[in-house]
Amino acid sequence: MSSTIDELTATSLLRFATAGSVDDGKSTLVGRLLHDSKSVLADQLEAVEHASRRRGQAAPDLALLTDGLRAEREQGITIDVAYRYFATARRRFILADTPGHVQYTRNMVTGASTAELAVVLVDARNGVVEQTRRHAAVAALLRVPHVVLAVNKMDLVDYAEPVFAAIAAEFTAYADSLGVTDVVAVPISALAGDNVVEPSANMDWYGGPTLLEHLETVPVGSDPSSEPARFPVQYVIRPQSAEHPDYRGYAGQLASGVLRKGDTVTVLPAGRTTTVAGIDVLGTETDIAWAPQSITVRLAEDIDVSRGDLIAAGPVPEPVKDVEATVCHLHERPLKAGDKVLLKHTTRTVRALVKEIGYRVDIDTLQPSPAGELNVNEIGRVVLRTAEPLALDAYADNRRTGSFLLIDPADGATLTAGMAGEAFGGALAAPAGEPEEEDWV
Amino acid sequence: MTTATASAIERSDNPYALSHLDALEAEAVHIFREVAGEFERPVILFSGGKDSILMLHLALKAFAPAPVPFALLHVDTGHNFPEVLAYRDRVVAEHGLRLHVASVQQFIDEGRLRERPDGTRNPLQTVPLLDAIESNKFDAVFGGGRRDEEKARAKERVFSLRDEFGAWDPRRQRPELWSLYNGRHAPGEHVRVFPISNWTELDVWQYIERERIALPEIYFAHQREVFKRDGMWLTAGEWGGPKESETTELRQVRYRTVGDMSCTGAVDSDAATIEQVITEIAASRLTERGATRADDKLSEAAMEDRKREGYF
Repeated sequence: MSSTIDELTATSLLRFATAGSVDDGKSTLVGRLLHDSKSVLADQLEAVEHASRRRGQAAPDLALLTDGLRAEREQGITIDVAYRYFATARRRFILADTPGHVQYTRNMVTGASTAELAVVLVDARNGVVEQTRRHAAVAALLRVPHVVLAVNKMDLVDYAEPVFAAIAAEFTAYADSLGVTDVVAVPISALAGDNVVEPSANMDWYGGPTLLEHLETVPVGSDPSSEPARFPVQYVIRPQSAEHPDYRGYAGQLASGVLRKGDTVTVLPAGRTTTVAGIDVLGTETDIAWAPQSITVRLAEDIDVSRGDLIAAGPVPEPVKDVEATVCHLHERPLKAGDKVLLKHTTRTVRALVKEIGYRVDIDTLQPSPAGELNVNEIGRVVLRTAEPLALDAYADNRRTGSFLLIDPADGATLTAGMAGEAFGGALAAPAGEPEEEDWV
Repeated sequence: MTTATASAIERSDNPYALSHLDALEAEAVHIFREVAGEFERPVILFSGGKDSILMLHLALKAFAPAPVPFALLHVDTGHNFPEVLAYRDRVVAEHGLRLHVASVQQFIDEGRLRERPDGTRNPLQTVPLLDAIESNKFDAVFGGGRRDEEKARAKERVFSLRDEFGAWDPRRQRPELWSLYNGRHAPGEHVRVFPISNWTELDVWQYIERERIALPEIYFAHQREVFKRDGMWLTAGEWGGPKESETTELRQVRYRTVGDMSCTGAVDSDAATIEQVITEIAASRLTERGATRADDKLSEAAMEDRKREGYF
């Protein structure tokens, strides 16, 4: 293997999301990141130049790189999350490019669900506005570990340090109140290219990294050795062949933690305890595996384990049938108390009843208000009752075993995204119970 | 444990860090197993191109030591590269797989499809594909589509619901969060599944290199009789090229994609090994589709329009 290839293949992967409206220059920033990291190839640029010329625009419109669908081009809007890919010598990136308008909260929630970092964009002339607070709140709610505040259009405020410092201080304080501790603020001009990929000569007062440099160096992944092992069983592998007459392996992706041969594990929701007899990583036997590897686990005892079960070690969750969660409603049909739905949690899908819609949260002010139903893009608190017990962790502890979807059993539509347990690291001063009372509106 | 994993760990302070290829592999395997757990009759679309070869390799690893629990489906345009057909038959035999073939030629012979004036058969694949899905009652169809290929694909979900006509409606896609994939569908509907959505062309080649996956010979530089049409080098052959006004010449070329001979162009290249191919791609200023696919140049939304009709 040549050393270049070795270096390229050993790089890490960062998934991140951008938030901000078109007016903040998000499309330009994404275009700038792709363009300046040399991830836009000649034929793509040529297509953009061609389309820009045909519309009578003088300069290539980098937003055309990201607005892919016919309806989007016709109407000049972005209707859904798109995923972009680019790479540097140090890291590979998957960017969830999410539209930032108020009616698209669900898209930012979608993009943030897999992101390890969120870039919140503000216009330096406007500072922290309602929308900025919404983006920060969604990042906090989805437990995105790292947040970057990109203060854009610094060229339009004479690259003035006090403007940047004031916005950064206000945002950091707000994010801190939401429980987001890792905030890095970068003053940029996406249009002029200041501090996006190249350091800016116009802002020598800024000593921090450029946006790309930060994206390249922010630590990715958590430390699996500090988390309890969680292994949702996806599929039972039983070759029943002459070569493997007795092989019975439980296939899945480790959601968190480390598993070793010999570990004592509990199979949930039944609660049987046994030990790990062997671990195979995609056909090769090993003694240790860790999240997020896809593996196959063999158990010492021949007990009943099937798709939907959770093999867990360390402190194991108590299976429950009553679930309290913060949810983001994704579908045009409202979610109402009394609705019968399907709940998909890890590899397990069960019937569930929406017992109660507690309240909805105004995502701009974080104020709860009573709600009989949740409409599309609304975030609220619900209580569910499931037909079978679920081995749920709190979302704050585990994004993978604390999250779930609600699905319409009639047509299979994805209705709602759910996060078990407390929202916003406890920052939301929500009253417990009695949602009918109006004295906290 | 593979050597690439070992080298990734040595490089990093975090002993549990995964390289980007290991992360993509783990995710793709998760998707294969989700489909195996949730669907009745899945099938893998297999063209003999590198993306479908990669998918098959991932499926083999996902279910080891058991065999792959899916059949393969090849949509045969009748304009295939012979090397690719030979490769297809070799892997089917080697892994004891079942192969379904949906034949464009057969549909033309039976009068159910008409040849296009430009002779391109790529857009004609949709009809036999949907027919095969319907008649075999396939409910999940794995495709090797990658979001980096094309901007309409950048918006496609990993689990992409198709209606009873096989159509894709980008405005009615299900939001996809975390790694929770929703495969619910009504009878007659099916789900297209894209386990390598998040891979780029370079990732695919690096993984092929790391795993030492064999490919059809046309991916590597070789001497071939070609002629120029619409700025692309096409292979001369019985499919209908060259026309009288076009002249063939012998050139040193290779293919970046494998498709219908009438619309898949070769690139000038001396890259004869996987390592040389990777070096060439890393330096290329053209995307693979921009360099080699005529059908995407038909209009600004050519891919989106074909996908709406049921194309993969």
